[in-house]
Amino acid sequence: MAEIKLENLTKSYGSTEVLHHVAGDIDDGEFIVIVGPSGCGKSTLLRMVAGLEVVSSGQISINGNVVNDLEPADRDIAMVFQNYALYPHMTVRDNMAYGLKIRKIPKDEITRRVDEVADILEIREYLDRKPRQLSGGQRQRVAMGRAIIREPSVFLFDEPLSNLDAKLRVQMRLEIRKLQKRLGVTSIYVTHDQVEAMTLGDRLMVLNGGYVEQFDTPIELYERPASLFVAGFIGSPSMNFIPADIASGVVTLANGANLATGSKTSGKVTLGIRPEHMVPDKSGVIKIEVDMLEQLGANTLVHGILQGTDISFVISLDGIQTAKIGEILSFHAPESSLHLFNVETGVRLNG
Amino acid sequence: MVENRPIMTVITHLVLILGVAMIALPIWITLVAASHDEIRMLQAPIPLLPGTHFIDNLKQTLFGAGLSGDQAPVWRMLFNSLAMAMMISFGKIAISLISAFAIVYFKFPFRMGFFWMIFITLMLPVEVRILPTFEVVANLGLLNSYWGLSIPLIASATATFMFRQVFLTIPDEMLESARIDGAGPMRFFWDILLPLSRTNIAALFVILFIYGWNQYLWPLLITTDTDMTTIVMSIKQMLESAEQSPQWNIIMMTAFLAMLPPILVVVGMQKLFVQGLTETDK
Repeated sequence: MAEIKLENLTKSYGSTEVLHHVAGDIDDGEFIVIVGPSGCGKSTLLRMVAGLEVVSSGQISINGNVVNDLEPADRDIAMVFQNYALYPHMTVRDNMAYGLKIRKIPKDEITRRVDEVADILEIREYLDRKPRQLSGGQRQRVAMGRAIIREPSVFLFDEPLSNLDAKLRVQMRLEIRKLQKRLGVTSIYVTHDQVEAMTLGDRLMVLNGGYVEQFDTPIELYERPASLFVAGFIGSPSMNFIPADIASGVVTLANGANLATGSKTSGKVTLGIRPEHMVPDKSGVIKIEVDMLEQLGANTLVHGILQGTDISFVISLDGIQTAKIGEILSFHAPESSLHLFNVETGVRLNG
Repeated sequence: MVENRPIMTVITHLVLILGVAMIALPIWITLVAASHDEIRMLQAPIPLLPGTHFIDNLKQTLFGAGLSGDQAPVWRMLFNSLAMAMMISFGKIAISLISAFAIVYFKFPFRMGFFWMIFITLMLPVEVRILPTFEVVANLGLLNSYWGLSIPLIASATATFMFRQVFLTIPDEMLESARIDGAGPMRFFWDILLPLSRTNIAALFVILFIYGWNQYLWPLLITTDTDMTTIVMSIKQMLESAEQSPQWNIIMMTAFLAMLPPILVVVGMQKLFVQGLTETDK
């Protein structure tokens, strides 16, 4: 059980700074997902918490203790690696017991804990096998078992599901979530997959280029993205962005269409509308020229361009819909679904 | 090849049999010569079928005083060779494992400098530095000793380089997960690195054992005491001993005995040896 405090964390390699003043408080038992595109520094941040990377400046504390200079083994953490990093020459049992053996825990206690964890993860029948005799999903479980058995205060996951096939990934995702809730251990999970992030995390830390863009609950990220980057990153298909002008509460799109908003700003803005928030409406002002349809069964994605411009636009409609290519469809967007962003800084403008 | 034509089968077999015969014939003659008595071996033509004196020759060679001059019995030479080959193999493996461990896993000033210094010595075989090495060994008072026989041959760039390459193929996560498990550097070395390099160590052992066993020039230089001679150098000395005609039966028996240990090592460790040279799965 532990809360984690990240204060003003910076990481530089030589003169290149890759993480800039990252801060955040993580509560006891919380599941935090760090998400961002590759190269945004999310793994580096996790490895700094693990103690595998040196902190350039700032402070990490776990349970009130500053751990900056502690060895990974002394931080009371356990980590699951992307490629599992199981010891190939040891059996599953020895793999899980290794950390306990080093800590000089008595033999019968180790056996008891290995059996207990093996039952939780349903890997009992593989205990005497070597990792190479296991499938990807089974290795994944062993890697989890190796983390759980230590009974640490913090779990760290570094893209643990990225080597699994799509179906197994969904299944393991649920299991990780259930397991974490059951054990109540504070967890930090790194992924580049926004669906994984949305489903797993109590809160998400969105990183971009080494900066924290937003650190909030999944719903808040979806409903009120703090920046253009978060708006584009969270949600699939991603949000449509249209250059627009705003004056006295009315947004004028590039093609002259007017939409009412409650915002009091004025000048040039970027307007964002999620594909699934567009409502078909014969008298709607947003007119889309259809380019292509994607039938997904549960919904239909309409790809097109905003009439009179060359701005591409995606709309997600429920169920199976048909439209001819080149046809003009009209929509309206409810006021609550309009997101306004500063053109230069990308910061959210409306409340 | 998927081709299966009878004529090709015959030709390939002929070529192979010819090759085997060329390699096997000298060994056969050695064996035959080792099984005749001294007189028969001095008559022409040399015998091509085994004689009846194999056991007698073996006894005389291993323990007897039947050798001309004041040579040590051959069991003593076998023991010396074995001691030297073992000390060289284990010494080389131990030192190169540790130095490769240092170079790959520790950050210290001039790390690459040290690596290149070790690497450059690859270009200096024993023969090139033999005089200064002799000087050093003589000054240390190690002439006519097992230490003197083995230590100068122990430092090895080849093995260090090989283990470095092996360690580089082990993923970093292995080290990181060991660190999180609480393993210190030496613990990691013993529990993870050594078992993972097991087959490479075996392959290297085979190569080094044969290298050590076949040393000729260095033992010749530093041993003057007949109790310290190795078997490989003594075969040559037997041919030249005194003015009498060479005792071919004894010499061939010695040659045969000298061949045995390397063969045993290769055959015994064949499986690990092949794995060690071909395995890439870590």
